[in-house]
Amino acid sequence: MVTTFHYLLLSAALFTIGVIGVLTRRNIMIILMSIELMMNAVNINLIAFSDRLHQVTGQVFAIFVITVAAAEAAVGLGIVIAMFKNKETMNINEIDLMKW
Amino acid sequence: MLELVLFYIFAAIAVVSAILVITQHNVVHSAAFLGATLFAVAGIFLTLHAEFLAGVQVIVYVGGILVLFIFVIMLISVERAEHERQSNRQWKLALVTSAILIGEIGYGLYRGRDSLVLPQPIPAPVAGAAVAGNSELVGTALYTVYLLPFEIASILLLVAIVGAVVLSKKRTPAEE
Repeated sequence: MVTTFHYLLLSAALFTIGVIGVLTRRNIMIILMSIELMMNAVNINLIAFSDRLHQVTGQVFAIFVITVAAAEAAVGLGIVIAMFKNKETMNINEIDLMKW
Repeated sequence: MLELVLFYIFAAIAVVSAILVITQHNVVHSAAFLGATLFAVAGIFLTLHAEFLAGVQVIVYVGGILVLFIFVIMLISVERAEHERQSNRQWKLALVTSAILIGEIGYGLYRGRDSLVLPQPIPAPVAGAAVAGNSELVGTALYTVYLLPFEIASILLLVAIVGAVVLSKKRTPAEE
């Protein structure tokens, strides 16, 4: 029998992989992809509880999370393109204009 | 039993592809494995009886966001980035942070395991019984109880569209 615990563990694993990706990679595209992974992990949590509690609220919230992910991807990739025009790099270590 | 097998198959695909996303050198390969993860998560949604969300996941994530990622990768040259060192200098610190995060989540789940014993999902409806479909339920909730958040989400999308256009458009000589 698949319990809620299974889904929570899967979600925790995906979220942690996303965190490791954000913290260790230097390519900005992969960092954005890792953020998408984390949002997916959150969605799994929301929908698992929505199913187990017999309430549709979790699924509605998952739709909002997907909306925010789409907006984030559009604006994030716009920033990546604008930045690439200026600095010709995707390496975040070279993007240090605002670093103290 | 079938449910368990399906869950393990989709979970294995999701986790393995997610690890490959963050370890591949080539960004295009990472994007491909991200697609595999997204499809597997859609499968997980199906095992949770969220058919509408599984469809939305495939259409919006794979059909929209992932294609957008691949467009940007194609626009930007990737040859140089592939030969550089892929991880930054703080990977040791990152591993420690992730270990703390795993420990924290694990401890929280372990302590809360009793409260996770929730009622089992609704048994399959009797044939012929009128049960509202999943999309119908979600749609009703979205357009009645959650109407205001729904409208705010649409405004957020509008702002994102305008923002993306403004960020990536060429400047005309008059503006400079």
